Amino acid sequence: MSTYSVTEPSGRQKWFAGILVVLYAVITLLPLLWIIGTGFKSPADAIAYPPKMIFEPTVEGYVNLFTTRTRVPEDQLKALGEPTTWYDKLVRKNGVIITGASRFAERFTNSVIIGFGSTVLCIVLGTAAAYAFSRFKVPLKDDLLFFILSTRMMPPIAVAIPIFLMFRSLGLSDTHAGMILLYTAVNLSLSVWLLKGFIDEIPVEYEEAALIDGYTRFQAFYKVVLPQAVTGIASTAIFCLIFAWNEYAFAVLLTSGNAQTAPPFIPTIIGVSGQDWPAVAAGATIFLVPVMVFTILLRKHLLRGITFGAVRK
Amino acid sequence: MAEVILQNITKSFAGNRALDDISMIVPDGSFVVLLGPTGAGKTTTLRMVSGLDTPDYGEVFIGGRSMRGLTPAQRNVAMVFQQYSLYPHLSVRQNLEFPLKSPLLRTPQRIIDEKVNAVAETLQISHKLDNKATALSGGEMQRVSIGRALVRNPQIYLMDEPLSSLDAKLRSDLRIELKNIQAKSGATLLYVTHDQIEAMTMATHVGVLHEGKVVQFGSPREIYEQPISIYAATRLGQPRINVLPADLFPAAPANAKSIGLRPEHIHQGEGQNATVMRVEHLGDQTRLHLSFKTHNLITVTDAHTEFKGGETVKIQPRKPLYFDAAGMRLV
Repeated sequence: MSTYSVTEPSGRQKWFAGILVVLYAVITLLPLLWIIGTGFKSPADAIAYPPKMIFEPTVEGYVNLFTTRTRVPEDQLKALGEPTTWYDKLVRKNGVIITGASRFAERFTNSVIIGFGSTVLCIVLGTAAAYAFSRFKVPLKDDLLFFILSTRMMPPIAVAIPIFLMFRSLGLSDTHAGMILLYTAVNLSLSVWLLKGFIDEIPVEYEEAALIDGYTRFQAFYKVVLPQAVTGIASTAIFCLIFAWNEYAFAVLLTSGNAQTAPPFIPTIIGVSGQDWPAVAAGATIFLVPVMVFTILLRKHLLRGITFGAVRK
Repeated sequence: MAEVILQNITKSFAGNRALDDISMIVPDGSFVVLLGPTGAGKTTTLRMVSGLDTPDYGEVFIGGRSMRGLTPAQRNVAMVFQQYSLYPHLSVRQNLEFPLKSPLLRTPQRIIDEKVNAVAETLQISHKLDNKATALSGGEMQRVSIGRALVRNPQIYLMDEPLSSLDAKLRSDLRIELKNIQAKSGATLLYVTHDQIEAMTMATHVGVLHEGKVVQFGSPREIYEQPISIYAATRLGQPRINVLPADLFPAAPANAKSIGLRPEHIHQGEGQNATVMRVEHLGDQTRLHLSFKTHNLITVTDAHTEFKGGETVKIQPRKPLYFDAAGMRLV
């Protein structure tokens, strides 16, 4: 613990700092608020010019997101009788009926499986590799570490065609396993490097103490190193998840029917008449939630983690 | 508890010889202190016994059994580290329980509680048992660290400067406490320090290390009174032994190069003239800093001495130690 002898900032300085923070928050949050707002607009309000700040909220966008609909002539609509559910009623006034569920829920589930799956794999493999690099005499250690990092020295999409061909001949195209493997491969170098930094910071004396206290190397790792590496693991996990979650190009290229994730799906939400912006915004809003929840859950570890272990206890 | 034998232990790190043919017997129930400056190989010797490092050559025996190929856990040794010793994510109680809960010991909870409470009592940390290990002062941390060794009943306790980070009062308290615990339980201890007071007060045997070699091994008194070399002589004694050219005083043996005089071995009142440079009243004793034929000497005198700086005093050696050109003692 260190004590600072810096004098308390003056009232004016505090005000200035406060205004800066609020300003920054507004700038970063504005697009987010706009997306969330658009999700609750009617299609007409969404494309109104000048933009409507005050509007009558509706969940039409969300209904449209989760359903497929078809336009039905006036007389047939009447013949169908009164709508039975609230969402039926909501779309009926636009002259359409709901014909079934959209594939959004399925795409979203794919995103969750692939995003979290690759994150877990990245963390497990990354922690094991980082621990080995940090603690053991690995032959050609520096070269191996450089080699691992070199996989990130070009954009992954640059090797899209070889990967596409490999996936096709291995039968991995459009499979969950294939996408998990791919995102793990892309993220693993980052994960190993970040985690190695964190584990290097943990004094080896703790493990030595555990070894002497009667524990095996693996038990010492599990009981002593892991709890102290939690900060690093949490922040690395967030980085990995955000990458896998937001990845668009490979998802477009390698998935279509079975394993498609949400990012390539959201732009394809076409309404019955033109691009359905409220539905797209609703999709984007729901898409934001898991990463947000995950980050909030790991928030207390993240603050220290983001400095890459530069702060010592 | 068991006898520990180190046999021809040699170890190099990246080409530097850290330990050079170390052989030593730590008798069962003894308190052996390894003494030497930084880099002499004290900590490395401890790590050889603990199994955290393995020797390039030589062998360690604990209780008559060769430790070759055994992990630290299998050796059943307890160790107190110099720093970073407590598990920071655990409470004090969990830290103390940690070795007892290991797969090696699997102690029943009732006995764990008993032992932890007893050790906490001895080390006066009972009121801190539920604190986080990181919420302790340096002295408390070190006591917990010692406690974590004491809850066990290992073959040998290894301690690496366990008191060096404590303040003077606590250090002298714990010194007495450790010695009591050892004397009562008959534990075998291998203890590393560069503090000669710890060595003098606690040790049954002292091993003086120099550049990876055992220079002398014996009782503290033996090393103080019969040092084998200038190096060994300077390891013990505060103030340090005065080493002067042998020919300053009459009656030096023919091949003596240096004379070693403990402060209490400079007799005042007869002999040759020396000038008093400074008088230090320490309460129980008074130290005189003397200038003798361009050499500086420190000696002790009566606590209530009337000497003042600038005065002249006659001195002559009593029980001098003579050393040859290589620094080895002439007997």
